[in-house]
Amino acid sequence: MTSMNNSYGQTKRAYAVVRNTRVSMPLLLIGIALVILAITLPWWGESSWMREFVEISCYFIFAMMWNLMAGYGGMVSIGQQAFFGFGGYTMLVLGNFLGVNPFVAVLFGAIAAGVVSLPISKIAFRLQGGYFAIGTWVISEVFRLTFANISSVGGGSGTSLTALRGIEKATRESVTYWIALACVVGSIVLVYGFLRSKQGLALLAIRDNEIAAKSQGIAVGRMKLAVYAVSAFGAGLAGALYFVGNLRISPDAAFSVNWTAFAIFMVVIGGIGRIEGPLVGALIFWALSKFFSDYGTWYLLGLGLLAIVVTIYFKQGLWGYVQERWGWTLFPTMRKLQIL
Amino acid sequence: METILQGLLLGGLYALFALGQSLIFGVMRLTNTAHGDFIILGSFITLTLTALGIAPWYAVLATLPINWLIGYMLQRYVLNGTLGKDPLPSLVVTFGLSIVVQNLLLEVFSADPRSIDTEGFNTMSWALTGDISVGVLPVLILILALSSTAGLQWLFNHTSMGRSFRAVSDDREIAELMGLNARRVYAQATALAFVLVGLAGALQGMRTTVAPADGPMLLLFAFEAVIIGGMGSFWGTLAGAMLLGVTQQIGFRLDPGWGIWAGHLMFLAILVLRPQGLFPKTRG
Repeated sequence: MTSMNNSYGQTKRAYAVVRNTRVSMPLLLIGIALVILAITLPWWGESSWMREFVEISCYFIFAMMWNLMAGYGGMVSIGQQAFFGFGGYTMLVLGNFLGVNPFVAVLFGAIAAGVVSLPISKIAFRLQGGYFAIGTWVISEVFRLTFANISSVGGGSGTSLTALRGIEKATRESVTYWIALACVVGSIVLVYGFLRSKQGLALLAIRDNEIAAKSQGIAVGRMKLAVYAVSAFGAGLAGALYFVGNLRISPDAAFSVNWTAFAIFMVVIGGIGRIEGPLVGALIFWALSKFFSDYGTWYLLGLGLLAIVVTIYFKQGLWGYVQERWGWTLFPTMRKLQIL
Repeated sequence: METILQGLLLGGLYALFALGQSLIFGVMRLTNTAHGDFIILGSFITLTLTALGIAPWYAVLATLPINWLIGYMLQRYVLNGTLGKDPLPSLVVTFGLSIVVQNLLLEVFSADPRSIDTEGFNTMSWALTGDISVGVLPVLILILALSSTAGLQWLFNHTSMGRSFRAVSDDREIAELMGLNARRVYAQATALAFVLVGLAGALQGMRTTVAPADGPMLLLFAFEAVIIGGMGSFWGTLAGAMLLGVTQQIGFRLDPGWGIWAGHLMFLAILVLRPQGLFPKTRG
């Protein structure tokens, strides 16, 4: 809401930067109402709903972090499962061996993943584009093979989270559910807040044109590192949460490339580079797996084909289509200049 | 000594995995994440042909034109549409292909590891000295790898096809102005790469067992060899594959659980110390 007078002495023009859309405010209120309703679920819902919610939350958080990296940071990684598994194992080690409450250890798992991503980035950032993608995959394989060779966490066959023994099943499930809910809301707020901040604007500038962004004085390298670390933190959070819900961890499950495969699927189907993308994608993924996952290989084959078709023919994903057709944006991150 | 020898022989196989990847990346800057799965597909094509009663070596020969066709079609009708400055579309599409190929093989052939019946050829060996002997098949693989590398390098430098590969790689738009059909050149490059992929798959299936889920691992080996060797040089790729093979063998010898891990670590070390690879040739 400033006015300016440029040096050529033209007339004063007032302008405003518009940041919300018509639907975004009412939807925010609906969102808050939904969250409050969700908090009360353990008192009226079934425990299977809670378990399902925890699982899909992990997929969603993981996908959202992948979206942040690929859709906004322009870094396509196939190795985010490194941080997913690392978060899970950190949580387990803290809980089983150091006596930390596993629910609290979820946060530490996420932090550990974020911290370990800093030295890792020194290696990964040596590569770009497609080579970055496969390079990160190699790194996650190193993680998997390393944990598979550590016998105190069960080696290749994995181990159980014994620290939660003695806690009543109903309590455990409710607490896990609440933590999952908090993580989902927290990571949406984190990513949304980040993208709406000044740093977020810098990130969008980098995505659109790295060289131009650099010439505007944006520290591209530091920005990319920040995105990499935040998304590793989020992936670690998802991993720690998943294995608190699952109670059993193994290297093959924790560092499986399928985590990233599903994240890519969700983001691409929902729409890359928009917060609604992974949200819509996770819902579709959940619905598909509910009805079709019994078909096993055919189900996975279908997911792969769908991802290919969507990438080639509907580059913006489902939500991109909705946005273009009706102009809906639930989480507006753009800034529109309006001349008053 | 024996470890290094075995490592070099293993490296020959890895070189065959990597040459196709090197070619595809060199010509169109495309990272094919389904590369490993197509190697396994090649094994299963050969395997199916032998199961139909065709003699192993004829089956290998028959796999090559089939793979040429698969590669050509794939590039012409699927991958060409994903090329561009943004690496995302091609990565997602090839990753999707990887899942499709893997699950299709799983559905048709089940998860059991199998190998191609070579009528005893795979167990034949030559005794070099008293206690060192080398398998005939691994030596043959190494010879094929060396000749493929030499052939590819020659094709790139001395034929009109190689010239068109280099032209579209350097500057696609100028090459098109000069009358080249870049989309067709790309298709030819991928087709050629797929012939190598088919050969690599067939030999992998003869040397050891193959299962539908093996693809990603082979992709990583191929990728590591290309990066270690440095972009744009097929001899570099061969050297990278040899180094990877030897490192893995040394790792395996120390502890079977750490062989592949040692290879990965060596790769990461090279990435940190010499990110351009050992023998980079790429201009620009």
